Amino acid sequence: MRTDTADVEQPAADPAFQYLSLGRKLKNNAATVVFTAAFLIAVVPLLWVLVTLLQRGLPPLLNADWWNHSFYGLLPSDFGGGIYHALVGTIEQALVCALFSVPLGVTVGIFLIEYGQNSRLAKTATFMVDILSGLPSIVAGLFIYALWITTFGFDRSGFAVSLSLVLLMLPLVVRTTETMLRIVPDELREASYALGVPKWKTILKVVLPTALSGIVTGVMLGLARIMGETAPLLILVGYSRAINFNLFEGPMASLPLTVYTARKTSTEAGEYRMWGAALTLVLLIMLINLLATLISKFFAVKTK
Amino acid sequence: MAKRLDIKDLNLHYGKFHAVEDVTLQVQARSVTSFIGPSGCGKSTVLRALNRMHEVIAGARVDGKVLLDGEDIYAPSVDPVQVRRTIGMVFQRANPFPTMSIRDNVVAGLKLTGEKNKKKLDEITERSLRSANLWEEVKDRLHKPGGSLSGGQQQRLCIARATAVQPDVLLMDEPCSALDPISTLAIEDLIAELKKDYTIVIVTHNMQQAARVSDQTAFFNLRAVGEPGQLVEIEETGKLFSNPNQKATEDYISGRFG
Ligand SMILES: Nc1ncnc2c1ncn2[C@@H]1O[C@H](COP(=O)(O)OP(=O)(O)OP(=O)(O)O)[C@@H](O)[C@H]1O
Ligand SMILES: [Mg+2]
Repeated sequence: MRTDTADVEQPAADPAFQYLSLGRKLKNNAATVVFTAAFLIAVVPLLWVLVTLLQRGLPPLLNADWWNHSFYGLLPSDFGGGIYHALVGTIEQALVCALFSVPLGVTVGIFLIEYGQNSRLAKTATFMVDILSGLPSIVAGLFIYALWITTFGFDRSGFAVSLSLVLLMLPLVVRTTETMLRIVPDELREASYALGVPKWKTILKVVLPTALSGIVTGVMLGLARIMGETAPLLILVGYSRAINFNLFEGPMASLPLTVYTARKTSTEAGEYRMWGAALTLVLLIMLINLLATLISKFFAVKTK
Repeated sequence: MAKRLDIKDLNLHYGKFHAVEDVTLQVQARSVTSFIGPSGCGKSTVLRALNRMHEVIAGARVDGKVLLDGEDIYAPSVDPVQVRRTIGMVFQRANPFPTMSIRDNVVAGLKLTGEKNKKKLDEITERSLRSANLWEEVKDRLHKPGGSLSGGQQQRLCIARATAVQPDVLLMDEPCSALDPISTLAIEDLIAELKKDYTIVIVTHNMQQAARVSDQTAFFNLRAVGEPGQLVEIEETGKLFSNPNQKATEDYISGRFG
């Protein structure tokens, strides 16, 4: 209760801000501890993988032969040779896969966002893409085996691998394209229509350039992802220790397949190659991710 | 060049929602008409129906006639792309194409419809930017992206872009609503200037602006929320603001609305 002679030293009312209560402080500290712990639990294994990979995989990579030789003529127990044949295989298979999935996927994405709206066809397509994006890679491999090899009668080959990778990459490209087109504001489309520009030209010259950076990034990341796919390789192509540029004929090495094959030999040299190939694969994927960042910067909408 | 518009019994729907009811009005060539009215009464909707932008929205429907110098722009044989070429539009929010330079933004309508002659495009760039009172500010950086300009400059860039294709009619939806008073004045001066060559319809919430720039003013209103918007009256601007025919108009312009 207040007396009528107000004490000038005392504030007239309670302070608006109260001191942090003990409970709040404790909760705050507890939360900090939990988040830090979660962070460590997530990061430690990751670092561990990287350190192991570098420790074991780096020695083979430091040898110049690694980058421009194959394992041709070497016994599983021989040291030496290189990964060139597998790099060729992985890159060729991935590029041919991209050759199919990028144009097809971008077109489907454009159709779904710009033309489909709520048509039956668009809904069906979205549904198919949903299913495809959950497709286990081994099933993609089996499907191509059944179709391409059993039904059409072709031999196992790098190309069959590319086809199965298309099944895995296509939904990624469609999704990226859809997402990137969706964030292009309708105002830009309307601005273009209002100038008397036809719809297809608006898409080609206004909408796509605006979304390009994101689409390219998504495609590159998709590419990086499918390069590590292993299951279809086991079914669809034989391993070769020699360099084979021909996607349509003969066994063809690739990085994941090399890791797998080298591990099976259970020799010291095999282990050496296995880790080398594994690190090479990771480096290749990191390189592509880096490239994706650079390309997306290059295509990004400029404001200065 | 400039053409007159006759709007007859225009009814506009968004899906099942009846947004605007029975609008009939005339717009003379080389005149400025402003649309005023409370938010949500359908001013933008009517405006967008005048260059067939309404139908771009999924489910939107148009009934009635819009005649451009006697020719119905909604006739089945008419290509909406041609209509939009003839009846240009400036939007409430400046929307320059972010991937294009200032110059390419100005001539986007021409370039994207096949004009390649570089000299001609340069001439049109300068002429359009000059008429939008923007030339002096940007002439040294025409190759910078359109997004690098200030909001007011971007809006004038959009006006330059709309006039570069030399439409017969120019529709403007609250072109100054995001601008400071100086840019607003610049655009009002510009409207007075453009009136010599274009038929202009402008939506505005600023009644002083309507009074300053327009020859005739149309007042739109809603009977109630959820009901379609209606045209209450259209009058010569001075008359509408000093001596309106309808009680609703008087209430609105004197601020006794709602
Ligand atoms: N794309 C749309 N889909 C569905 N309804 C819409 C759409 N655009 C506008 N409407 C509705 O149509 C009515 C008229 O809207 P409109 O944008 O024409 O009003 P306005 O008079 O321009 O208002 P403001 O002054 O706020 O811009 C409103 O009830 C609005 O909710
Ligand atoms: Mg509006």
